[in-house]
This record gives sequence, structure tokens and C-alpha cells, in this order.
Amino acid sequence: MTRWAMIADLRRCVGCQTCTAACKHANATPPGVQWRRVLDMEVGEYPDVKRAFVPVGCMHCADPPCMHVCPSTATRQRADGIVTIDYDLCIGCAYCAVACPYQARYKTDRAEFAYGAAPMQSEEARFDARRLGVATKCTFCVERIDAGCAQGLKPGVDPEATPVCVNSCIAQALHFGDVEDPQSNVSQLLAENQSFRMHEELGTGPGFYYLWDRK
Amino acid sequence: MSYGPQPWLQQHWDLRAAANFALGGTGAGLVLASALAMPAPRYALALGLTLIACGLGAVWLEIGRKLRVLHVFLNPKTSWMARESLAALVLFALGVAALVRSEPWLLGATALAALAFVYCQARILRASKGIPAWRAPEAVPLLVTSALAEGAAAALFFETVPLALPLLGAAVIARAIAEYRYWSAVKRLRCASALERPRQALLMLGTLAPLVLILGIEVIPFAALLAAATVIGTGWWFKFVLVTRAAFNQGFALPHLPVRGAR
Repeated sequence: MTRWAMIADLRRCVGCQTCTAACKHANATPPGVQWRRVLDMEVGEYPDVKRAFVPVGCMHCADPPCMHVCPSTATRQRADGIVTIDYDLCIGCAYCAVACPYQARYKTDRAEFAYGAAPMQSEEARFDARRLGVATKCTFCVERIDAGCAQGLKPGVDPEATPVCVNSCIAQALHFGDVEDPQSNVSQLLAENQSFRMHEELGTGPGFYYLWDRK
Repeated sequence: MSYGPQPWLQQHWDLRAAANFALGGTGAGLVLASALAMPAPRYALALGLTLIACGLGAVWLEIGRKLRVLHVFLNPKTSWMARESLAALVLFALGVAALVRSEPWLLGATALAALAFVYCQARILRASKGIPAWRAPEAVPLLVTSALAEGAAAALFFETVPLALPLLGAAVIARAIAEYRYWSAVKRLRCASALERPRQALLMLGTLAPLVLILGIEVIPFAALLAAATVIGTGWWFKFVLVTRAAFNQGFALPHLPVRGAR
């Protein structure tokens, strides 16, 4: 059984936001919507201050609260763990958005573009009216995964089948793969390093791991 | 909007969603109270159903795809919002039938549907894992008892029957106990400062004041109506604050910081 998961190596992330930009470019998200974003966390007090850059987004939870609360069945979970939204079923009640402990969901009621009311040529070409008034979030670039797998490519290894945020990472901080496969890149990383998942105490079983130290 | 690690206020549900909890709660409570305590409950029942309809109408104004509203019924298996909608459907069917034919069994069934509706409403908040002030289990009894208290209070606007005042007294005491338990669960959370004033009002104006007014009903003019107004007003204020101004998310937290360089 495949379970797609993402890993962020906090020791490597430099907070350059290239993944954020790549995601916006690939998914044509409107201003203010960042399916992949990087938090800049400062911890401690002077002079003992530490800084960490933390990529966040949809965690594609094993037990996703967003799916359970969705009244319309628009939010579903595939057998490979990816949590999806059917834009044609969603009513835009935003219940999923308040149920998500990771603030990963967005709802945009009006068409918005980077430079005011008029879209740029690229924005016009990629505008999707189905995304207005409904919930949206990171998809793990599911179209790339499916198209890649159909061609016999391996997500997380072959860039054509891998989420764009992972491809774009300049520091190789982001990794993607099948966490159920003990030989996969992500399983190896988890075996060699100490990791945690965000808000694990809530029992959502996030499919997004953070590496923080070697074992 | 800040995307920092500290909790910030959710921006998805506003006054329209809060109105559903306020109006729907009072309406369902009034349906219950009218069935339990009123010999001729027709007008109260009609008002209760109208309040619930107004609450649902308010939340309908908030959804992004209004023409798809019927999709709200598609997931009763796990979604409390879908269950609330189904409970409302049953409630309106039974309520209209009870308005036409005031038979005791119809009134009883309508009251049960109202109870189911308000319970589903409370569970909607409980299932919102992203908002610590909502997901506290203690929020469920608080919302249910508040609906009962508001409904019993609203019934006083129609007629002061012997059972109505004890019902209101019991309901406000139950609400105060539920509020105390809820506050014990959330007082250390980010939402506490926002809830401080409405909870004080709920305890003083919404509990003590109506109890005093009920005891002095023979000597205080308009005591029953004043008591009803304070119970409903403080309940609504608390719910509006709970849904809008106390709805901080959890933010982000790192249990471990990255270990970089040589050790």
C-alpha cells in the first residue's frame, strides 16, 4: 500500500520561499493564497535566540478532520493518503477551514489578480472559476503524481512525478515519497533522523514530517 | 493576515455563522420550552421555527456557493453540519405539522427534533479541531444548556405559565454550571481574554439577575420580561464572541528545534 508523505528537513531549510513561489506558479493560486508557505520562527530571548524556517501546508492527514466535517463529501481521501477537494461538490461553507489545525485551507470568493482587477496574460490563461467560493489547499501536486505514475515514473525520485515545491527546493530540505515503502527516500530519511509531526497530540496523523536531528 | 506561529483569529466564520448559533439555539430552545411548558404553544412554536430559519438563512449567506446548498445533506455519516441540516429538515416537517394539528405526540416529536438540532449545532463546534476554544468537549453542554435557557426565557414573552419560571430557573443554573466547566477548560487558552467579559455577563446578568427577578416576580414590575431579556441577551453575546472574537486557531509549535552544525 502506498502512502505519500512529505519531509521537511528543518536543518536544511533556509527560508528562501522558493517552494512557495514554485507552488504559486504551478497552481496559479491568487494573491494571499499560499498552499505551501514557510514560517519564520524565532524562539527564545536575546542572547539565546534560535531561528527556524518551517514549511507548512496541507498535511494530508491519515485521519483528516477536514474530511470528517465536510457536509458535502467534497473533501475525500484517496487510498494513497492524498486528501482531495471536489470543487464541483464543495459549497464553500469553510467548515473544513476551521476544522483544520494547520490553517491549510483557503476560500476566495472573488477573482483576484496580482496587479488589480485586470489579470495578467498568464493569470487569464490559467484562471479557474471552479475555485471561486470553494475551499482550496495543497494537493501534493496530485496531477503530477498521477501522470508520472502512469508513465512508470517514481514520485519523489523522478522530478516529473514529484510535487513542484520539492523539485524547487534549493537546499534539498523538502523530500517526497512513499512512507510505506521501507526502501523509499523518505523512509530512509526517517530511519536515519529524528523527526516529529506538527500537533501530533491531536491525533490527525499528518503525512508531513519534520527532521530536526540525526539519530 | 499574519501567518506567524502564534495563534491568530480565524477569518472564515463571521457574524453570519454566529447568528446561526444564537438564533438557532434560542429557536430550538423555544420549541422545546413551548412543547414542555405551554398549554397553547402555537405562536411560540411558530416563532421558534422562524428563529431557526433565520439562523440557517444567515449561515446560508456565508457559504461560497449558495446554489449548491442542497449538497449540505450529503455527508450525515460523519459531518455534524450535515446532521444539523437533516435535523432541521425533520424539525420543520414536524413543527409545521404540530402547528396545523396540536397533538401531544406531534409536539413531543418536534421537541425531540429541536433537541437533536441544538445538539448537532453544539457538536459542529466540538468537531472544529482547528479552534481550541471550540473543540473543548465542555462547549457541547454549554451550548445545549444555553439554548434551553434562552428558549425558556423566550417562552416568557408569550405567557407566564406555572411551569415556565421553574424551567427557566433550572435552565439558567444548568447553563451557569456548564459555563463554569467550560471556563475551567479554556481559561488558559488564547481565547480567555476575549471571553472574560461575556462570561461575567452570563454569570451576573444572565444567571443571578434573572434568578433574583424570578424570586421577586410579585413585587418587581416586568420581572419576567426583564429576566427573559437578560438570559437571551447574555447568551447571544457569549455565542457571538465565542464564534468571532474568541476563535483563535492553534498556531504552530515546534517540539524540537533543528540541531545544526557541530555538537
